[in-house]
Amino acid sequence: MIQVKNLSKHYPDKVALEDINLTFPADHTTAIVGPSGSGKSTLLRSLNLLDRPDTGTLQIDQLILDLAKPLTNGQILQIRQKTAMVFQEKALFTHLTVLKNLTEGPIKVQKKSKEEAESSAKELLKQFNMTELANRYPYQLSGGQQQRVAILRALAMSPKYLLLDEPTSALDPELEAQVLRVLKELAKKEVSMVIVTHNMSFAEQVADQVVFIDDGHVGYAGPTDGFFHSNEKRIKQFLGAMSF
Amino acid sequence: MIDFFNLAVQYLPELFLTALKYTLPLTAISFFFGLIFASLTALVRVAKLPQNEWAAALLQIVKWIANAYVWFFRSTPLIVQLFIVFYGLPNAHIALFQSAWVSAITVFSLNTGAYASETIRASISSVPEVQKQAAESLGMTRAQVYLYVVLPQAARISIPPLSNSLIGLLKDTSLASVITIVEIFYLSQQIAAANYKVLSMYILVAMVYAFFTSILSIGQHYLEKYTSRFAQ
Ligand SMILES: Nc1ncnc2c1ncn2[C@@H]1O[C@H](COP(=O)(O)OP(=O)(O)OP(=O)(O)O)[C@@H](O)[C@H]1O
Ligand SMILES: [Mg+2]
Repeated sequence: MIQVKNLSKHYPDKVALEDINLTFPADHTTAIVGPSGSGKSTLLRSLNLLDRPDTGTLQIDQLILDLAKPLTNGQILQIRQKTAMVFQEKALFTHLTVLKNLTEGPIKVQKKSKEEAESSAKELLKQFNMTELANRYPYQLSGGQQQRVAILRALAMSPKYLLLDEPTSALDPELEAQVLRVLKELAKKEVSMVIVTHNMSFAEQVADQVVFIDDGHVGYAGPTDGFFHSNEKRIKQFLGAMSF
Repeated sequence: MIDFFNLAVQYLPELFLTALKYTLPLTAISFFFGLIFASLTALVRVAKLPQNEWAAALLQIVKWIANAYVWFFRSTPLIVQLFIVFYGLPNAHIALFQSAWVSAITVFSLNTGAYASETIRASISSVPEVQKQAAESLGMTRAQVYLYVVLPQAARISIPPLSNSLIGLLKDTSLASVITIVEIFYLSQQIAAANYKVLSMYILVAMVYAFFTSILSIGQHYLEKYTSRFAQ
Protein backbone atom coordinates (compact mmCIF):
# COMPACT_ATOMS: atom_id res chain seq x y z
CA MET A 1 0.00 0.00 0.00
CA ILE A 2 1.14 3.52 -0.80
CA GLN A 3 -0.30 6.17 1.44
CA VAL A 4 0.18 9.93 1.48
CA LYS A 5 -1.00 12.14 4.31
CA ASN A 6 -1.28 15.94 4.42
CA LEU A 7 0.91 16.18 1.36
CA SER A 8 1.44 19.69 -0.02
CA LYS A 9 3.62 21.10 -2.77
CA HIS A 10 3.86 24.81 -3.41
CA TYR A 11 5.71 26.48 -6.26
CA PRO A 12 6.64 30.13 -5.75
CA ASP A 13 3.65 31.27 -7.79
CA LYS A 14 1.40 28.22 -7.66
CA VAL A 15 -0.05 25.76 -5.20
CA ALA A 16 0.41 22.48 -7.04
CA LEU A 17 -1.00 20.19 -4.31
CA GLU A 18 -2.72 21.10 -1.07
CA ASP A 19 -3.24 18.72 1.85
CA ILE A 20 -3.60 15.51 -0.13
CA ASN A 21 -4.64 12.35 1.74
CA LEU A 22 -4.81 9.21 -0.37
CA THR A 23 -4.29 5.48 -0.25
CA PHE A 24 -3.21 3.36 -3.21
CA PRO A 25 -3.87 -0.23 -2.18
CA ALA A 26 -1.52 -2.99 -3.31
CA ASP A 27 -2.75 -5.17 -6.18
CA HIS A 28 -5.10 -2.44 -7.30
CA THR A 29 -5.06 -0.22 -10.33
CA THR A 30 -5.64 3.43 -9.59
CA ALA A 31 -6.39 5.94 -12.32
CA ILE A 32 -5.53 9.55 -11.58
CA VAL A 33 -7.63 11.90 -13.68
CA GLY A 34 -8.29 15.62 -13.73
CA PRO A 35 -7.97 18.78 -15.78
CA SER A 36 -4.65 19.92 -17.22
CA GLY A 37 -2.46 21.66 -14.67
CA SER A 38 -4.45 20.29 -11.72
CA GLY A 39 -1.43 18.54 -10.16
CA LYS A 40 -1.68 14.94 -11.40
CA SER A 41 1.93 14.65 -12.49
CA THR A 42 3.16 16.35 -9.36
CA LEU A 43 1.23 13.85 -7.25
CA LEU A 44 2.51 10.84 -9.18
CA ARG A 45 6.10 12.09 -9.21
CA SER A 46 5.89 12.72 -5.48
CA LEU A 47 5.23 9.02 -4.98
CA ASN A 48 8.77 8.16 -6.04
CA LEU A 49 10.31 11.46 -4.94
CA LEU A 50 11.15 12.77 -8.41
CA ASP A 51 9.22 15.79 -7.14
CA ARG A 52 9.79 16.68 -3.51
CA PRO A 53 6.67 17.78 -1.64
CA ASP A 54 7.15 20.50 0.99
CA THR A 55 5.26 18.72 3.74
CA GLY A 56 3.37 15.52 4.42
CA THR A 57 4.19 11.88 4.91
CA LEU A 58 4.74 9.21 2.32
CA GLN A 59 4.29 5.61 3.29
CA ILE A 60 5.17 2.67 1.07
CA ASP A 61 4.48 -0.63 2.76
CA GLN A 62 6.49 -0.55 6.03
CA LEU A 63 8.55 2.52 5.17
CA ILE A 64 7.19 5.85 6.43
CA LEU A 65 8.90 9.13 5.49
CA ASP A 66 8.34 12.61 6.82
CA LEU A 67 8.71 14.68 3.68
CA ALA A 68 9.30 17.93 5.54
CA LYS A 69 12.65 16.57 6.72
CA PRO A 70 15.75 16.01 4.59
CA LEU A 71 15.80 12.46 3.22
CA THR A 72 18.84 10.24 3.06
CA ASN A 73 19.96 8.63 -0.19
CA GLY A 74 19.16 5.28 1.37
CA GLN A 75 15.56 6.25 2.03
CA ILE A 76 15.13 7.58 -1.48
CA LEU A 77 16.61 4.38 -2.91
CA GLN A 78 14.23 2.26 -0.84
CA ILE A 79 11.25 4.16 -2.24
CA ARG A 80 12.56 3.91 -5.78
CA GLN A 81 13.16 0.19 -5.52
CA LYS A 82 9.50 -0.36 -4.68
CA THR A 83 8.27 1.87 -7.48
CA ALA A 84 9.04 2.26 -11.15
CA MET A 85 8.10 5.13 -13.41
CA VAL A 86 6.94 5.37 -17.01
CA PHE A 87 7.04 8.86 -18.47
CA GLN A 88 4.90 10.71 -20.94
CA GLU A 89 7.82 11.70 -23.14
CA LYS A 90 10.28 9.40 -24.83
CA ALA A 91 12.59 8.46 -21.99
CA LEU A 92 14.51 5.41 -23.20
CA PHE A 93 18.28 5.67 -22.98
CA THR A 94 19.08 6.56 -26.58
CA HIS A 95 22.65 5.23 -26.48
CA LEU A 96 21.58 1.73 -25.45
CA THR A 97 19.80 -1.07 -27.28
CA VAL A 98 16.40 -2.23 -26.09
CA LEU A 99 17.96 -5.16 -24.27
CA LYS A 100 20.51 -2.91 -22.55
CA ASN A 101 17.77 -0.45 -21.61
CA LEU A 102 16.09 -3.31 -19.78
CA THR A 103 19.23 -4.57 -18.06
CA GLU A 104 20.80 -1.23 -17.06
CA GLY A 105 18.80 -0.85 -13.83
CA PRO A 106 19.02 -4.50 -12.71
CA ILE A 107 22.79 -4.56 -13.30
CA LYS A 108 23.81 -1.11 -12.06
CA VAL A 109 21.31 -0.65 -9.24
CA GLN A 110 20.25 -4.13 -8.17
CA LYS A 111 23.75 -5.52 -8.82
CA LYS A 112 22.47 -8.53 -10.72
CA SER A 113 24.87 -10.43 -12.94
CA LYS A 114 24.77 -9.64 -16.65
CA GLU A 115 23.59 -13.16 -17.49
CA GLU A 116 20.78 -13.07 -14.99
CA ALA A 117 19.63 -9.59 -16.02
CA GLU A 118 19.73 -10.50 -19.70
CA SER A 119 17.82 -13.72 -19.32
CA SER A 120 15.02 -12.02 -17.38
CA ALA A 121 14.96 -9.16 -19.88
CA LYS A 122 14.66 -11.62 -22.75
CA GLU A 123 11.92 -13.42 -20.87
CA LEU A 124 10.01 -10.14 -20.52
CA LEU A 125 10.46 -9.30 -24.19
CA LYS A 126 9.20 -12.72 -25.15
CA GLN A 127 6.21 -12.45 -22.86
CA PHE A 128 5.14 -9.24 -24.61
CA ASN A 129 6.03 -10.39 -28.14
CA MET A 130 8.88 -7.94 -28.59
CA THR A 131 11.79 -10.37 -28.89
CA GLU A 132 12.71 -9.11 -32.34
CA LEU A 133 13.28 -5.59 -30.95
CA ALA A 134 15.99 -6.67 -28.49
CA ASN A 135 18.99 -5.40 -30.44
CA ARG A 136 17.48 -2.24 -31.86
CA TYR A 137 18.27 1.25 -30.68
CA PRO A 138 15.38 3.46 -29.54
CA TYR A 139 15.48 5.55 -32.72
CA GLN A 140 14.69 2.39 -34.68
CA LEU A 141 11.37 1.93 -32.84
CA SER A 142 7.93 3.42 -33.38
CA GLY A 143 6.52 5.65 -30.63
CA GLY A 144 4.26 2.85 -29.45
CA GLN A 145 7.10 0.36 -29.37
CA GLN A 146 9.27 2.83 -27.45
CA GLN A 147 6.58 3.28 -24.85
CA ARG A 148 6.05 -0.47 -24.50
CA VAL A 149 9.79 -0.94 -24.06
CA ALA A 150 9.71 1.82 -21.42
CA ILE A 151 7.04 -0.15 -19.58
CA LEU A 152 9.20 -3.27 -19.75
CA ARG A 153 12.22 -1.31 -18.51
CA ALA A 154 10.14 -0.38 -15.47
CA LEU A 155 8.92 -3.95 -15.03
CA ALA A 156 12.46 -5.31 -15.30
CA MET A 157 13.12 -3.76 -11.89
CA SER A 158 10.35 -6.00 -10.46
CA PRO A 159 8.69 -3.03 -8.78
CA LYS A 160 5.76 -3.55 -6.51
CA TYR A 161 4.15 -0.37 -7.80
CA LEU A 162 4.20 0.78 -11.39
CA LEU A 163 3.67 4.52 -11.82
CA LEU A 164 2.69 5.81 -15.25
CA ASP A 165 2.27 9.44 -16.27
CA GLU A 166 0.02 9.68 -19.35
CA PRO A 167 2.05 6.99 -21.10
CA THR A 168 -0.03 7.21 -24.27
CA SER A 169 -0.77 10.88 -24.64
CA ALA A 170 2.03 11.40 -27.18
CA LEU A 171 0.83 8.53 -29.37
CA ASP A 172 -1.54 8.12 -32.30
CA PRO A 173 -4.79 6.30 -31.41
CA GLU A 174 -3.61 3.09 -33.05
CA LEU A 175 -0.34 3.06 -31.13
CA GLU A 176 -2.15 4.10 -27.98
CA ALA A 177 -4.31 0.99 -28.28
CA GLN A 178 -1.18 -1.20 -28.46
CA VAL A 179 0.14 0.27 -25.25
CA LEU A 180 -3.19 0.23 -23.45
CA ARG A 181 -3.59 -3.47 -24.27
CA VAL A 182 -0.27 -4.16 -22.56
CA LEU A 183 -1.35 -2.16 -19.52
CA LYS A 184 -4.70 -3.91 -19.38
CA GLU A 185 -2.93 -7.24 -19.37
CA LEU A 186 -0.65 -6.01 -16.59
CA ALA A 187 -3.55 -4.75 -14.50
CA LYS A 188 -4.86 -8.31 -14.35
CA LYS A 189 -1.56 -9.48 -12.89
CA GLU A 190 -0.01 -8.88 -9.52
CA VAL A 191 1.52 -5.48 -10.34
CA SER A 192 -0.08 -2.53 -8.62
CA MET A 193 -0.51 0.38 -10.99
CA VAL A 194 -1.04 4.06 -10.52
CA ILE A 195 -1.70 5.65 -13.86
CA VAL A 196 -2.35 9.23 -14.81
CA THR A 197 -4.57 9.11 -17.87
CA HIS A 198 -6.84 11.26 -19.96
CA ASN A 199 -8.41 8.21 -21.56
CA MET A 200 -11.69 7.86 -19.67
CA SER A 201 -12.83 4.66 -21.29
CA PHE A 202 -9.50 3.05 -20.40
CA ALA A 203 -9.84 4.30 -16.81
CA GLU A 204 -13.38 2.97 -16.60
CA GLN A 205 -12.42 -0.46 -17.93
CA VAL A 206 -9.18 -1.01 -16.09
CA ALA A 207 -9.11 0.98 -12.86
CA ASP A 208 -10.25 -0.40 -9.53
CA GLN A 209 -10.30 3.08 -8.10
CA VAL A 210 -10.26 6.60 -9.44
CA VAL A 211 -8.61 9.65 -7.96
CA PHE A 212 -9.87 12.93 -9.36
CA ILE A 213 -7.48 15.84 -8.83
CA ASP A 214 -8.97 19.27 -9.23
CA ASP A 215 -6.84 22.39 -8.83
CA GLY A 216 -4.43 20.78 -6.36
CA HIS A 217 -7.14 19.13 -4.28
CA VAL A 218 -8.66 15.65 -4.21
CA GLY A 219 -12.08 16.00 -5.84
CA TYR A 220 -12.88 12.30 -5.61
CA ALA A 221 -11.18 9.15 -4.42
CA GLY A 222 -13.08 5.89 -4.52
CA PRO A 223 -14.48 3.08 -6.65
CA THR A 224 -14.41 3.55 -10.41
CA ASP A 225 -18.16 3.07 -10.82
CA GLY A 226 -18.88 5.72 -8.24
CA PHE A 227 -16.81 8.22 -10.17
CA PHE A 228 -18.33 7.64 -13.56
CA HIS A 229 -21.87 7.71 -12.16
CA SER A 230 -21.30 10.56 -9.75
CA ASN A 231 -23.87 13.28 -9.44
CA GLU A 232 -21.39 15.80 -8.20
CA LYS A 233 -21.36 18.93 -10.32
CA ARG A 234 -17.56 19.28 -10.73
CA ILE A 235 -17.15 15.65 -11.75
CA LYS A 236 -20.02 15.76 -14.22
CA GLN A 237 -18.57 18.93 -15.65
CA PHE A 238 -15.15 17.30 -16.05
CA LEU A 239 -16.51 14.12 -17.61
CA GLY A 240 -18.68 16.24 -19.88
CA ALA A 241 -15.63 18.17 -21.04
CA MET A 242 -13.73 14.92 -21.72
CA SER A 243 -16.36 13.61 -24.13
CA PHE A 244 -18.08 15.35 -26.99
CA MET B 1 60.54 20.71 -59.46
CA ILE B 2 63.51 18.40 -59.34
CA ASP B 3 64.97 20.86 -56.90
CA PHE B 4 61.90 20.65 -54.66
CA PHE B 5 61.94 16.86 -54.83
CA ASN B 6 65.57 16.79 -53.76
CA LEU B 7 64.85 19.13 -50.86
CA ALA B 8 61.96 16.92 -49.80
CA VAL B 9 64.14 13.83 -49.80
CA GLN B 10 66.80 15.70 -47.91
CA TYR B 11 64.67 17.37 -45.20
CA LEU B 12 61.40 15.44 -44.82
CA PRO B 13 62.98 12.71 -42.66
CA GLU B 14 64.32 15.34 -40.27
CA LEU B 15 61.00 17.21 -40.23
CA PHE B 16 59.08 14.00 -39.53
CA LEU B 17 61.51 12.99 -36.82
CA THR B 18 61.15 16.41 -35.18
CA ALA B 19 57.36 16.14 -35.44
CA LEU B 20 57.54 12.80 -33.63
CA LYS B 21 59.85 14.22 -30.98
CA TYR B 22 58.22 17.63 -30.45
CA THR B 23 54.98 18.44 -32.26
CA LEU B 24 53.14 15.20 -31.54
CA PRO B 25 54.12 14.86 -27.86
CA LEU B 26 53.30 18.54 -27.27
CA THR B 27 49.92 18.01 -28.88
CA ALA B 28 49.13 14.74 -27.13
CA ILE B 29 50.21 15.78 -23.65
CA SER B 30 48.50 19.16 -23.89
CA PHE B 31 45.30 17.61 -25.19
CA PHE B 32 45.30 15.01 -22.43
CA PHE B 33 45.61 17.63 -19.69
CA GLY B 34 43.31 19.95 -21.63
CA LEU B 35 40.55 17.34 -21.54
CA ILE B 36 41.01 16.91 -17.80
CA PHE B 37 40.77 20.68 -17.23
CA ALA B 38 37.82 20.83 -19.60
CA SER B 39 35.89 18.02 -17.91
CA LEU B 40 36.46 19.39 -14.42
CA THR B 41 35.50 22.89 -15.50
CA ALA B 42 32.40 21.69 -17.32
CA LEU B 43 31.26 19.61 -14.33
CA VAL B 44 31.76 22.57 -12.00
CA ARG B 45 29.81 24.81 -14.32
CA VAL B 46 26.82 22.48 -14.75
CA ALA B 47 26.71 21.40 -11.08
CA LYS B 48 23.60 22.43 -9.19
CA LEU B 49 24.14 24.24 -5.91
CA PRO B 50 23.64 21.85 -2.97
CA GLN B 51 21.22 22.42 -0.06
CA ASN B 52 23.96 22.94 2.50
CA GLU B 53 24.77 26.67 2.70
CA TRP B 54 28.51 26.30 3.19
CA ALA B 55 28.86 23.78 0.41
CA ALA B 56 26.79 26.04 -1.84
CA ALA B 57 28.96 29.07 -1.06
CA LEU B 58 32.11 27.07 -1.72
CA LEU B 59 30.79 25.74 -5.01
CA GLN B 60 29.75 29.24 -6.03
CA ILE B 61 33.30 30.47 -5.52
CA VAL B 62 34.69 27.56 -7.53
CA LYS B 63 32.17 28.37 -10.27
CA TRP B 64 33.45 31.96 -10.40
CA ILE B 65 37.02 30.75 -10.70
CA ALA B 66 36.01 28.37 -13.49
CA ASN B 67 34.18 31.15 -15.31
CA ALA B 68 37.13 33.51 -14.96
CA TYR B 69 39.49 30.82 -16.27
CA VAL B 70 37.39 30.11 -19.35
CA TRP B 71 36.85 33.83 -19.96
CA PHE B 72 40.59 34.65 -19.78
CA PHE B 73 41.78 31.93 -22.11
CA ARG B 74 39.02 32.49 -24.62
CA SER B 75 39.44 36.25 -24.75
CA THR B 76 43.22 36.52 -25.17
CA PRO B 77 45.49 35.34 -28.00
CA LEU B 78 47.41 32.14 -27.49
CA ILE B 79 50.70 33.80 -28.38
CA VAL B 80 50.17 36.44 -25.69
CA GLN B 81 49.44 33.70 -23.15
CA LEU B 82 52.70 31.98 -24.10
CA PHE B 83 54.65 35.22 -23.70
CA ILE B 84 53.10 35.95 -20.32
CA VAL B 85 53.97 32.55 -18.93
CA PHE B 86 57.40 32.05 -20.47
CA TYR B 87 58.82 35.61 -20.54
CA GLY B 88 56.50 37.63 -18.31
CA LEU B 89 56.29 35.63 -15.14
CA PRO B 90 60.06 34.88 -14.77
CA ASN B 91 60.74 38.55 -15.48
CA ALA B 92 58.54 39.46 -12.49
CA HIS B 93 60.49 36.89 -10.46
CA ILE B 94 57.55 34.54 -10.49
CA ALA B 95 59.71 31.73 -11.76
CA LEU B 96 56.96 29.16 -12.02
CA PHE B 97 58.21 27.53 -15.16
CA GLN B 98 61.77 27.96 -16.27
CA SER B 99 61.35 25.26 -18.84
CA ALA B 100 59.93 26.10 -22.24
CA TRP B 101 58.35 22.66 -22.40
CA VAL B 102 56.46 23.04 -19.15
CA SER B 103 55.37 26.54 -20.14
CA ALA B 104 54.15 25.37 -23.51
CA ILE B 105 52.26 22.39 -22.13
CA THR B 106 50.71 24.53 -19.42
CA VAL B 107 49.48 27.19 -21.81
CA PHE B 108 48.34 24.80 -24.53
CA SER B 109 46.44 22.57 -22.14
CA LEU B 110 44.80 25.45 -20.28
CA ASN B 111 43.85 27.04 -23.58
CA THR B 112 42.45 23.85 -25.06
CA GLY B 113 40.71 23.12 -21.75
CA ALA B 114 38.91 26.47 -21.80
CA TYR B 115 37.47 25.90 -25.27
CA ALA B 116 36.75 22.21 -24.77
CA SER B 117 34.96 22.88 -21.49
CA GLU B 118 32.36 24.83 -23.44
CA THR B 119 31.99 21.92 -25.83
CA ILE B 120 31.64 19.41 -23.02
CA ARG B 121 29.24 21.62 -21.11
CA ALA B 122 27.02 21.97 -24.16
CA SER B 123 27.06 18.20 -24.76
CA ILE B 124 26.17 17.47 -21.15
CA SER B 125 23.25 19.88 -21.24
CA SER B 126 21.98 18.40 -24.48
CA VAL B 127 21.17 15.04 -22.83
CA PRO B 128 17.39 15.16 -22.32
CA GLU B 129 16.26 15.83 -18.76
CA VAL B 130 13.72 13.01 -18.93
CA GLN B 131 16.47 10.43 -19.45
CA LYS B 132 18.18 11.60 -16.29
CA GLN B 133 14.89 11.35 -14.43
CA ALA B 134 14.31 7.89 -15.84
CA ALA B 135 17.74 6.84 -14.57
CA GLU B 136 17.05 8.35 -11.17
CA SER B 137 13.70 6.62 -10.98
CA LEU B 138 15.51 3.31 -11.52
CA GLY B 139 17.33 4.09 -8.30
CA MET B 140 20.61 5.39 -9.71
CA THR B 141 22.57 7.88 -7.65
CA ARG B 142 23.55 11.24 -9.15
CA ALA B 143 27.02 9.87 -9.88
CA GLN B 144 25.61 6.77 -11.60
CA VAL B 145 23.26 8.89 -13.70
CA TYR B 146 26.26 10.85 -14.93
CA LEU B 147 28.47 7.84 -15.43
CA TYR B 148 26.03 5.56 -17.22
CA VAL B 149 23.58 7.88 -18.93
CA VAL B 150 24.85 11.43 -19.32
CA LEU B 151 28.55 11.01 -20.07
CA PRO B 152 28.30 8.27 -22.72
CA GLN B 153 25.83 10.40 -24.67
CA ALA B 154 27.73 13.63 -24.05
CA ALA B 155 30.95 11.96 -25.20
CA ARG B 156 29.41 11.02 -28.51
CA ILE B 157 27.99 14.47 -29.07
CA SER B 158 31.30 16.13 -28.27
CA ILE B 159 33.49 13.94 -30.50
CA PRO B 160 33.26 16.09 -33.65
CA PRO B 161 33.94 19.43 -31.95
CA LEU B 162 36.66 17.93 -29.74
CA SER B 163 38.35 16.42 -32.78
CA ASN B 164 38.39 19.87 -34.29
CA SER B 165 40.01 21.20 -31.12
CA LEU B 166 42.68 18.51 -31.33
CA ILE B 167 43.43 19.36 -34.95
CA GLY B 168 43.54 23.04 -34.05
CA LEU B 169 45.90 22.31 -31.19
CA LEU B 170 48.28 20.36 -33.41
CA LYS B 171 48.56 23.35 -35.72
CA ASP B 172 48.84 25.79 -32.80
CA THR B 173 51.89 23.99 -31.43
CA SER B 174 53.77 25.84 -34.19
CA LEU B 175 53.55 28.82 -31.82
CA ALA B 176 55.85 27.01 -29.40
CA SER B 177 58.61 28.25 -31.71
CA VAL B 178 58.23 31.71 -30.17
CA ILE B 179 59.30 30.37 -26.78
CA THR B 180 62.43 28.67 -28.12
CA ILE B 181 61.07 25.18 -28.72
CA VAL B 182 62.54 23.83 -31.93
CA GLU B 183 59.45 22.11 -33.26
CA ILE B 184 58.96 21.56 -36.98
CA PHE B 185 58.03 25.11 -37.91
CA TYR B 186 61.05 26.55 -36.11
CA LEU B 187 63.21 23.88 -37.70
CA SER B 188 61.95 24.76 -41.18
CA GLN B 189 62.70 28.44 -40.47
CA GLN B 190 66.25 27.57 -39.42
CA ILE B 191 66.84 25.45 -42.53
CA ALA B 192 65.36 28.13 -44.78
CA ALA B 193 67.61 30.72 -43.22
CA ALA B 194 70.60 28.59 -44.11
CA ASN B 195 69.72 27.38 -47.61
CA TYR B 196 67.52 30.27 -48.79
CA LYS B 197 64.89 27.84 -50.13
CA VAL B 198 62.23 29.73 -48.23
CA LEU B 199 59.12 28.83 -50.22
CA SER B 200 60.08 25.18 -50.60
CA MET B 201 60.85 24.77 -46.91
CA TYR B 202 57.56 26.32 -45.81
CA ILE B 203 55.64 24.19 -48.29
CA LEU B 204 57.40 21.13 -46.93
CA VAL B 205 56.50 21.97 -43.34
CA ALA B 206 52.92 22.71 -44.38
CA MET B 207 52.81 19.24 -45.93
CA VAL B 208 53.99 17.66 -42.69
CA TYR B 209 51.25 19.45 -40.72
CA ALA B 210 48.65 18.48 -43.33
CA PHE B 211 49.80 14.88 -43.16
CA PHE B 212 49.25 14.59 -39.43
CA THR B 213 46.00 16.59 -39.33
CA SER B 214 44.65 14.43 -42.16
CA ILE B 215 45.38 11.32 -40.17
CA LEU B 216 43.47 12.84 -37.27
CA SER B 217 40.56 13.71 -39.56
CA ILE B 218 40.39 10.14 -40.80
CA GLY B 219 40.42 8.90 -37.22
CA GLN B 220 37.65 11.35 -36.40
CA HIS B 221 35.60 10.03 -39.30
CA TYR B 222 35.78 6.43 -38.09
CA LEU B 223 35.18 7.36 -34.47
CA GLU B 224 32.07 9.28 -35.46
CA LYS B 225 30.84 6.43 -37.58
CA TYR B 226 31.34 4.01 -34.72
CA THR B 227 29.65 6.16 -32.10
CA SER B 228 26.76 7.31 -34.26
CA ARG B 229 25.31 3.81 -34.43
CA PHE B 230 22.60 4.89 -31.98
CA ALA B 231 22.01 8.34 -33.41
CA GLN B 232 18.73 9.59 -34.76
N1 LIG C 1 8.68 23.58 -11.84
C1 LIG C 1 7.52 24.25 -11.70
N2 LIG C 1 7.49 25.56 -11.36
C2 LIG C 1 6.34 26.22 -11.22
N3 LIG C 1 5.14 25.69 -11.38
C3 LIG C 1 5.08 24.38 -11.72
C4 LIG C 1 6.26 23.60 -11.91
N4 LIG C 1 5.88 22.35 -12.25
C5 LIG C 1 4.54 22.36 -12.29
N5 LIG C 1 4.05 23.58 -11.97
C6 LIG C 1 2.63 23.96 -11.89
O1 LIG C 1 1.99 23.10 -10.98
C7 LIG C 1 0.69 22.78 -11.45
C8 LIG C 1 0.54 21.27 -11.49
O2 LIG C 1 1.37 20.74 -12.51
P1 LIG C 1 1.26 19.23 -12.99
O3 LIG C 1 2.32 19.01 -13.97
O4 LIG C 1 1.27 18.36 -11.79
O5 LIG C 1 -0.17 19.21 -13.67
P2 LIG C 1 -0.88 18.02 -14.44
O6 LIG C 1 -2.19 17.79 -13.77
O7 LIG C 1 0.01 16.86 -14.58
O8 LIG C 1 -1.16 18.68 -15.86
P3 LIG C 1 -1.18 17.97 -17.31
O9 LIG C 1 -2.45 17.21 -17.41
O10 LIG C 1 -1.18 19.15 -18.25
O11 LIG C 1 0.02 17.12 -17.42
C9 LIG C 1 0.55 23.42 -12.82
O12 LIG C 1 -0.25 24.59 -12.66
C10 LIG C 1 1.94 23.76 -13.21
O13 LIG C 1 1.95 24.93 -13.97
MG1 LIG D 1 1.04 15.96 -16.23
